[in-house]
Amino acid sequence: MRSAVKASGLLRRVALRGRGGRGLPPLACLGLVIVLALAAPPRGEAAGEPARPPGGPPPDLEQQVYAVASGLRCVVCQNLSVADSPSDLAKEMRSLIRERLQQGKTPDEIRAYFVSRYGDFVLLEPPKRGFNLLVWGLPFVALLAGACGVYLVARRWTERAHQAAPALDPAYLERVRREIEERKGSTGS
Amino acid sequence: MSWKKALIPLASVPLIILLAYGFWTDPRAIPSPLVRQAAPSFRLALYDGDPLSLEGLKGKPVVLNFWASWCYPACYEEAPLLEATWRKYRDQGLMVVGVDIQDKEANAREFMRRFDFSFPNGPDPGSKISIDYGVYGVPETFFIDRQGRIKYKHVGALTPAVMEEQVRAILRET
Repeated sequence: MRSAVKASGLLRRVALRGRGGRGLPPLACLGLVIVLALAAPPRGEAAGEPARPPGGPPPDLEQQVYAVASGLRCVVCQNLSVADSPSDLAKEMRSLIRERLQQGKTPDEIRAYFVSRYGDFVLLEPPKRGFNLLVWGLPFVALLAGACGVYLVARRWTERAHQAAPALDPAYLERVRREIEERKGSTGS
Repeated sequence: MSWKKALIPLASVPLIILLAYGFWTDPRAIPSPLVRQAAPSFRLALYDGDPLSLEGLKGKPVVLNFWASWCYPACYEEAPLLEATWRKYRDQGLMVVGVDIQDKEANAREFMRRFDFSFPNGPDPGSKISIDYGVYGVPETFFIDRQGRIKYKHVGALTPAVMEEQVRAILRET
């Protein structure tokens, strides 16, 4: 949520600069929008989490639970993280994360545990290796290919517009000039 | 045809390959990293009051089934098959174990009574066993050999053919 607010502020600044005539070119704006959309992870408020009773776990523990849970997929939901899902299994997974953090396990160890049970599928962000590299690389390749395409087409159009008119036949030009002179002569008399 | 004209159809080749890969892959088939690995140990407090642990079943092939009384119709479809398999193969050393997940005890007991379950079943408080086995939903069944390795994982209701083939495979393993 916070990253979305940041992104909208940045976009507003880019737009304001654009009004003064010194903003980023449209292609760069489009690129910025795509990069920001890819960089901003989906976040939401943790649903169904009971309010922390007085004397409960320290707030930084809950933040750590949220941080780990928000990177894990709720395996019984569609497109929801363990942090955002109200399902029973996601609640149990959050409890397990909390328990393991209290045991002194690191977030990486906890993530590795879930991957060892569910595979890479449980990670909301696919690891940058093997076939997954396509997911990370293709948008940028497509963006680059699109930019190249736009550049080539624009260059062709500009070249056509600036192309000199074909040279006229000198004999034809001479005839036209003579006819104009003749007309001038005939109107003058 | 100039190379520029050939570029357009050539550019679509990787896209077609990617689409073909997508069409040939079953999006619902998520391979379990646990297959061919040692089955995670667990302890069950059975509904009949006895405790049961995987360590206690060492040397026996195990059919470990995750079910719930609210799982309709899949769990209801395979329940008679689980009981029949247990009765057919228990003399050969096969163990069938049921793990009831996210259920109410009264409903679970009614389910077991309805299908006349005589193999051991127990609840999974906190879904710890389910998470340890990477269970997505119910029913899911794990076929564990005598060495304690997971040989096969089945997602969804078991069919007699799958059950027979997998049980024979884990009974054969020494």
